[in-house]
Amino acid sequence: MAENVQKTAPSSREMLGYYLNKSYQDAIEGKARGELVCWASSIAPCEFCETMGIHMLYPENHAAAIAAKHGAEEMIEHAESMGYSVDNCSYARINLAYMDIQKCVAENMPLPDFVLVCNNICETLIKWYENIAYQLKVPIIMIDVPYNYEYEPSEWAIDYIAAQFEHAIEQMEEITGKKFDYNKYREVMQIAAESSYWWTKAMGMAAAKPSPLNGFDIFNYMALIVCMRGKTGCRDTFKKLAEELEEKIQKGEPAFKEGEKYRIMWDGIACWPYLSHNYKAMRALGMNMTGSTYPRGWKLDYDKDDIRSMARAYTSVGNNLSLEAQIDLKTEVVRTYNCQGVTYHLNRSCKCMDFLFHEMQTEVARRTDTPYITFDGDQSDPRNFSKAQFETRVQGLAEMMEQRKS
Amino acid sequence: MSKMQSILEKLAINPVQAVEDYKKKTGKGAVGCIAPYTPEEIIHAAGMLPIGLWGGQVELNKVRAVLPAFACSIMQSIKELELSGSYDILTAVLCPSSCDTLKAIGQKWTRKDVPMIQFVHPHNRKLPAARTFLAKEYQHVRERLENVIGEPIPDEAIVQSIQVYNEHRAVMREFARAAGAHPDLIDPKTRHLVFKSAFFMRKEEHTALVRELTALLDEAPVKPWDGPKIILSGIMAEPDSILDVMKELHIAVVADDLAQESRQNRVDVPEDGTVMERLAEQWQNMYGCSLAYEHEKTRVPMLVDMVKKNQADAVVVAMMKFCDPEEFDYPMIKQTMEKENIPLLQVEIDQQMQSVEQFRTRMQSFVEMLRHE
Repeated sequence: MAENVQKTAPSSREMLGYYLNKSYQDAIEGKARGELVCWASSIAPCEFCETMGIHMLYPENHAAAIAAKHGAEEMIEHAESMGYSVDNCSYARINLAYMDIQKCVAENMPLPDFVLVCNNICETLIKWYENIAYQLKVPIIMIDVPYNYEYEPSEWAIDYIAAQFEHAIEQMEEITGKKFDYNKYREVMQIAAESSYWWTKAMGMAAAKPSPLNGFDIFNYMALIVCMRGKTGCRDTFKKLAEELEEKIQKGEPAFKEGEKYRIMWDGIACWPYLSHNYKAMRALGMNMTGSTYPRGWKLDYDKDDIRSMARAYTSVGNNLSLEAQIDLKTEVVRTYNCQGVTYHLNRSCKCMDFLFHEMQTEVARRTDTPYITFDGDQSDPRNFSKAQFETRVQGLAEMMEQRKS
Repeated sequence: MSKMQSILEKLAINPVQAVEDYKKKTGKGAVGCIAPYTPEEIIHAAGMLPIGLWGGQVELNKVRAVLPAFACSIMQSIKELELSGSYDILTAVLCPSSCDTLKAIGQKWTRKDVPMIQFVHPHNRKLPAARTFLAKEYQHVRERLENVIGEPIPDEAIVQSIQVYNEHRAVMREFARAAGAHPDLIDPKTRHLVFKSAFFMRKEEHTALVRELTALLDEAPVKPWDGPKIILSGIMAEPDSILDVMKELHIAVVADDLAQESRQNRVDVPEDGTVMERLAEQWQNMYGCSLAYEHEKTRVPMLVDMVKKNQADAVVVAMMKFCDPEEFDYPMIKQTMEKENIPLLQVEIDQQMQSVEQFRTRMQSFVEMLRHE
């Protein structure tokens, strides 16, 4: 593809499709050849597996793809028949059902030879991956990042995380029977850093007025930063996207040709089964999502020669921050991306985001003087969403933003 | 009044009275310990009264505005009690971060005069680095508490408190055994009361009373029990009204795996290491709890063993609604119980449950089913 990029210059969107498909195909073919496959959580340190040449697949991304293709309901019902509660995270229910039936409407994922989990997103992941490891009887590599209840992570938390990185390398050497190649590791870290840089840069261009980026594209492009952060294809795609967006800015080509009436921040995961509905409902009102916490989600800057710096990067991820730090982060998003309002997705699957909403909403609104709305939904369980409620709420937001303008 | 009744009366639960009496008697305050696990020994060593905060049956009003309805009922009621000022009699509150809800509860704390001391238990528990981390985390808790009370908490005092707590755990394990053998004398609610009262009393006092109670039970003749014998598993079996239903249905709780009850006493604090390392190592040695990460899920075979050892007829999972850690364990428990031919019932726990009729119906049919087995 690297050569193809130069010859035929595919668009970033074509590259996204190509590389995403490739990541699944490579894993399927690799597994057939007896190579190792790892299932990992979305902001786990991929650097170790990439160094070891292990195929990585991401159940969260897979569950989102199943939901977007309207295949969630049957998986969820299967999980519930296994004994999972209707109140558990729907990504987990989809994935645990997939593990059992190994068939779905999206790409198939070969079962893992081991799993890698990092709880910098939520504690639920720990139970989810504990169950995968228990059921499939495969090794689990866990990077436990203690919750930052204070503004900054403690030094002893950093020590603990760094020690787990070292332990993870030992575990991987044991699993693969190969020595960890530190030279290759440096190369992978460099690629991962470049991918993060270009991802953040491209997504950051939504700050331009009007935005060259249709905000919902963030949800689509995100799949690649989740699945291939340690690979050059990811870096190249986001570099290409940044170039495309820069060109649009230069030419004054907004994402919404009809004009960007309102700029909002979307807080939370997408409603995958209703992505298209949500997008259309908002676009009909001239509402572009220019702000989200995703650009910073994979902004993992660290010193490659300092394992403690890497530990600090992995623990300083959005949901693992204290309430105060999350308020600061969201305030910054609203300001940087010139958002006039905020939409909070009260996602039935995500207790860790939802349970801080009240304080977050009140304080972000106070600091930025912007209105907000909340709607009930779910990242992938289609039963927990009402189109009518969503439409009424975003209309309400548009009205509040309009009033502020005048 | 029988000796046993007199002991049980002394174990009666009245948290506000307990705090007030303790303050009057000692001049020292009480520290709230949010469920499930906190290093109470540090509080005890400061001469204070550790109080267990496990919610309660309260009307949910204020909390409705600040916490979505799909948070578990323990945390709903804790938040309600906090917002209505019920915890203002406390000197400070400790909050673990064991699940996503607890992390939020610690962060959402609003009472400025009652400092919130949040901390984290590590999940990667078996690593030496986890012990070092938790020892430092507990040291941080200790320093923040020292700061609140304005005096140091010496190592020697903590060592003594560890001894008091280990003794208490051993006595509670003995009580659980004796109560299991005497369902005619200790009904499900009384059994629960004996465990729960430990959260509102200095442990040495509780130890003395429970030791006396256990001795009385051991002296009593073991009578045959013709009702179903069950193992209770989960976070807690509240409200009390569900235990009344169990009594009505002639059900005996012969052993439990409840976070509020026997999980508190499962593992002692070990002897070796510095004071903080010892406390930390206890967490490393914990097992069979949904909140203590274990990909081996020792809870599952542990429950099977408990059934066999106690000659129980069934396992009843008291499922705290909206508790992710417990809900994720359930399918594994279900799978194994089916394989082992052990009858299993899952009942939903909501502390604010107003009517027990649904619970009664489910329990009744389960009991019927057991009779026909």
